[in-house]
Amino acid sequence: MSEQETRYRSTRDLPSLHLLGTGTPMCAGCGGLEALHQIYDQLGERSLILNAAGCMTLLAVYPYTPFRGSWLYTAMASAPAGAQGARDALDILVAQGRLPPEEDLRVVVLTGDGSAYGMGLSATSGAIERGLDFLYIVYDNEGYANTGQQYSGATPHAALTATSRLGAGFPGEKKDLFAIWVAHRPAYAATVIGAEPLDLARKVEQALAIRGPKLLLALAPCPTGWDFDPQRTVEIGRLAVQTGVWPLKEYRDGQVVHTKVPRERKPVEDYLRTQGRFRHLFEPERQDALIAAWKARVGTYWASVET
Amino acid sequence: MRRVLLTGNAAAAWGARLARVDYVPAFPITPQTEIIEALARWIDAGEMAARLVTLESEHSMITAAGAAAATGVRVFSATSSQGLLYGMEMLYTVAGWRVPWVLVNVSRGLSAPITLEPDHNDVLAARDSGFLQIHCAGCQEVLDSVLLAYRLAEDARVRLPVIVNLDGFYLSFTREPVSIPEPAEVDALLPPFDPQGLAFRAGAPLSQAVAVLGGGPYSYFRYQVQLAAQNALAVYDEIAADFAERFGRSHPAVEAYQCDDAEVVLVMMGSFATKARAAVDRLRDAGRPVGLLRPRLLRPFPAAACRRHLLGKRALAVIDQNLSPGQGGVLATELAAALYGRPGAPLLASFIGGLGGRDIPPEELFEIARVTEAAAERGETPPPRLLYTEAELRELRKLQTIAAVERDRRGPAP
Repeated sequence: MSEQETRYRSTRDLPSLHLLGTGTPMCAGCGGLEALHQIYDQLGERSLILNAAGCMTLLAVYPYTPFRGSWLYTAMASAPAGAQGARDALDILVAQGRLPPEEDLRVVVLTGDGSAYGMGLSATSGAIERGLDFLYIVYDNEGYANTGQQYSGATPHAALTATSRLGAGFPGEKKDLFAIWVAHRPAYAATVIGAEPLDLARKVEQALAIRGPKLLLALAPCPTGWDFDPQRTVEIGRLAVQTGVWPLKEYRDGQVVHTKVPRERKPVEDYLRTQGRFRHLFEPERQDALIAAWKARVGTYWASVET
Repeated sequence: MRRVLLTGNAAAAWGARLARVDYVPAFPITPQTEIIEALARWIDAGEMAARLVTLESEHSMITAAGAAAATGVRVFSATSSQGLLYGMEMLYTVAGWRVPWVLVNVSRGLSAPITLEPDHNDVLAARDSGFLQIHCAGCQEVLDSVLLAYRLAEDARVRLPVIVNLDGFYLSFTREPVSIPEPAEVDALLPPFDPQGLAFRAGAPLSQAVAVLGGGPYSYFRYQVQLAAQNALAVYDEIAADFAERFGRSHPAVEAYQCDDAEVVLVMMGSFATKARAAVDRLRDAGRPVGLLRPRLLRPFPAAACRRHLLGKRALAVIDQNLSPGQGGVLATELAAALYGRPGAPLLASFIGGLGGRDIPPEELFEIARVTEAAAERGETPPPRLLYTEAELRELRKLQTIAAVERDRRGPAP
């Protein structure tokens, strides 16, 4: 989005009224909640959130909720199908004149990476393929964090998790969910991070202006699962962008555009060193091969972008 | 009213059409697929004002159905067998949402081995889900039960989803004469869906199905489901009486045939009960005081109505078209629970038959009656019997011989 098209030209333009309630049971320093706060400021109360099982299922615990709008917890695998049923029902009611258009709601899925990258992928693919008008928010903390950070399809290479505790860490590679979405040719897809509020606000603004399936994929630094001090969430988020580990980009009109290209990428080690899950790459002795593989992966990605 | 020949599947589709359902989330599976094909055809032709969406699984289909009902529209869907089990998590979930809608299940045996033909293990796997269950024995009953199911589900004292069950092949693909009521008559029976203020609206934010902490709140909401399901017994009787008055067709919670003076009563659910009914006629011709009891409601279980018909009889032969391995028949245990410790409780003999569409021919029903009478004479409850004939075993041995030859011909695995 060009600066002319957005109402968010600088951080001064960001919403000053915050809509999501505080005092939730999320962990201190939760990067997912950081992103959700900002997204919800624009999304607002005229929304129905279909939630998939994950950390944020505990945002609404009877009889409390931090949301001003509506909420329906579904299951781990089928939140997008819940969005389908709700969207279709609202459309039917409006078409029949049984629901005034001003009572209509935005339909939103809120899911962690465990569902988004794995169990919920089939339902998500189906919803995109059907052209469902919904916003799909992923807080990607790169593991099954709610159950104690076992590795998931979103876990990056070499990370220590509760199920890859020893040796070189997780042997697999992080799945490219953004590319999976883009392969479906959705209305919109974007990666975001709570530590870059202006970029995030513009993308939420963009997503809310378009009908159809829309992805907001937020990397969610997780103090509990990644093993860092909660006060470093913002710093680690910024490092993820500055080191090129988490590329900020969006897909619209058939094109992928990088929205914040680091002019000079900081060394990947700067990001890895901040987190206990990668400490074994540096202590007790430096694992040059693993670090080199990380650098190569990030370098290859940006080489393909910059050419 | 028109009287036409309809399959059980077509009757189910007519039920949904006459109920003026708004939304049909769908997924194909044999032997149910004709139902959603018929609805899709009517919707495409403009004969029915509804929206049909094919989801990518039954798990999603049931989620979409529940979410749409929670948003305030009338929802219908249909499935079978593996599909019902694939969606099982969501059956429990949407029942907990207390959303009224109707799901037709066309019964089919469960894998493994995979088969297309019917028995009741699929629908009985949903027994404890919170869905109410109506079991049909004929095509007219299928159409009527879909209408009854909406009235029952949407009643403010109930607000639970309902499964209407019919047997694959024996009903799904069998044509029977069916009276199709006039839409206006159905409208009088079934007013438009009133979500009673429980629906998602921008102006009235609502959180549904949120997490609870601790057993106290959890138990409270689960007990609410139990109380609603219990309410459904009396509500069902009211609705069935209203239906009988309007349409002249009686669909009681428990259908009793020749039970009043019977000494031995056969108990069965679903379309195979029509075989038992014919056998009762033959046995009566031979002077044997045998009757038939067919529960149409499985959930809520009409225990009092069963007791009313069964206490004081000499013996029951419960014929289960399902198998709970390590226990036996599900209906037998349901009846045993209803009768236990009651004065005049009859001896209960349990038989398993009709699995995967296996027939229960008249001779077997006569034999069941004879074995049960003999057990009553001795006063000894026999162990559950698995119906299988020597001829069937011979046929199976042939198949095994062919399988062995084929295996040997290929030689040992490398």
